[in-house]
Amino acid sequence: MNAAVIAQNLVKTYGTKKEEVQALKGVSFEVAPGEIFGIIGPDGAGKTSLFRILTTLLLPDEGQAQVDGFDVVKDYEAIRHRVGYMPGRFSLYQDLSVEENLKFFASIFHTTIREHYELIKDIYEQIEPFKDRRAGKLSGGMKQKLALCCALIHRPTVLFLDEPTTGVDAVSRKEFWEMLRNLKQQGITILVSTPYMDEASLCDRVALIQNGEIMSIDTPEGIVRSFEHPLLAVRAANMFRLLKDLQQFPGLLDTYPFGEYHHVVLKPETTEQGLYAYLQQKGHTETKLQQVEPNVEDCFIALMKTAT
Amino acid sequence: MEREKVITAKGLTKRFGDFTAVDAISFEVGKGEIFGFLGANGAGKTTAIRMLCGLSIPTDGEATVAGFDVYRQTEQIKRNIGYMSQKFSLYNDLTVRENIRFFAGIYGKSHQFIKENTERLLDRLHLQAESNKQVKSLPLGWKQKLAFSVAIFHEPDIVFLDEPTGGVDPVTRREFWNMIYEAAESGITVFVTTHYMDEAEYCNRVSIMVDGRIDALGTPQDLKQQFKAESMDNVFLKLARKATRGE
Repeated sequence: MNAAVIAQNLVKTYGTKKEEVQALKGVSFEVAPGEIFGIIGPDGAGKTSLFRILTTLLLPDEGQAQVDGFDVVKDYEAIRHRVGYMPGRFSLYQDLSVEENLKFFASIFHTTIREHYELIKDIYEQIEPFKDRRAGKLSGGMKQKLALCCALIHRPTVLFLDEPTTGVDAVSRKEFWEMLRNLKQQGITILVSTPYMDEASLCDRVALIQNGEIMSIDTPEGIVRSFEHPLLAVRAANMFRLLKDLQQFPGLLDTYPFGEYHHVVLKPETTEQGLYAYLQQKGHTETKLQQVEPNVEDCFIALMKTAT
Repeated sequence: MEREKVITAKGLTKRFGDFTAVDAISFEVGKGEIFGFLGANGAGKTTAIRMLCGLSIPTDGEATVAGFDVYRQTEQIKRNIGYMSQKFSLYNDLTVRENIRFFAGIYGKSHQFIKENTERLLDRLHLQAESNKQVKSLPLGWKQKLAFSVAIFHEPDIVFLDEPTGGVDPVTRREFWNMIYEAAESGITVFVTTHYMDEAEYCNRVSIMVDGRIDALGTPQDLKQQFKAESMDNVFLKLARKATRGE
């Protein structure tokens, strides 16, 4: 089966010789048709540069990429007809109404709102009561829905969403991911970037990216399985002192706060009992230790630390 | 032990026309406390913070910040707080040193104080080598740590942090929280908003705003019990789903 997106050794550098910033240092991956593929990493990791290259808005310095079988440099016009792109920053016309924005994007792609209405129906119905309102006057959540409709109006084969959920609260984030699952049902390939590690589990496969390099590509389950060491969740009455004491304990590879617990990555030779005895001896009370499954954030932290 | 109160709010309200953005919120925050101020987009957090920072006069209710009244003593409030957000923190085209000097100068710190504490700060953040570089060349994580240090450089009673860790990598995010803990240990009160629910667990107490009101207030432990939820994420979802107004 042909891949929907192929990136091969993409390199992008900004700035002058003196102060050079390498945004992408040789990024390669493939996305299968119909996949939800997550690019997960913090600000400055290179996510936006990557998306701009794949949507033909930026030329790579090195490497090649294809979208839907077309080359991002040679066949940029073909790609622009076939992909949908929702940039991280709201980029619709603020002084056009909701409906006017949608009509405008439809006419640019030589289509009509009606032609592919099925695709956007569920999303558009949520903002339709405000169709005469200027886009600039919409709330953040409604802007996001309108931008998604505009990116879908020509029924793209591949949809690029650059940080659609950044700065969005937990409830709206959940709703947005439900919309993406519905689009996947309709056969659209989705590339989505996010700084939120917990969104990894909602993707079919993810690439973890940091400092312009992909650290790992796998299914969310595969990423978690590759975590090599036993992981404990520990708590005690005084969490701040607990962290300081854990950091002093030689039997660990790493420890860091994780919600209501501190996570502890044990060295292979360290036992839970050994750690418990140490914490007792340090005078901790209400100490609780339990083995837990790592999640994608644990894996990201481990990968970041082995990289440096 | 009862902490000394550094923020008190009683029935604090802000209306814009017939829209009530903040609807009679009441709470107290103690000295050295880390207070999480959560809520969905549009719940009224920003409006509430603006009133507490002396930037917006309330329509009704009472509040004091660092002992000063939010109606009559807004200038004293501004002098005794620090503020940092993801959107506004430092000037990108000033160097690290220039930013420190600029903000400390605005808060009226003496030349001597600035000189001594700048070196100490640069050492602590391991930024000596970068100190004469423009801030825009720093990675986001460093920038946010520097911004926080600058926000408390003038030794305020309270620091307001509005989504300080958005988009920051998971390792730096934790280093940032370590700095928050240290500031709190030294007696600075930390008032913080975040969209990361694991960070809600790091707060001493958390309030959750829904439609302009505070619908929940307590330690993370209490809230999880009260709402029969296993994590703060679930507490937040249970409350925020009740919201009737949009953003």
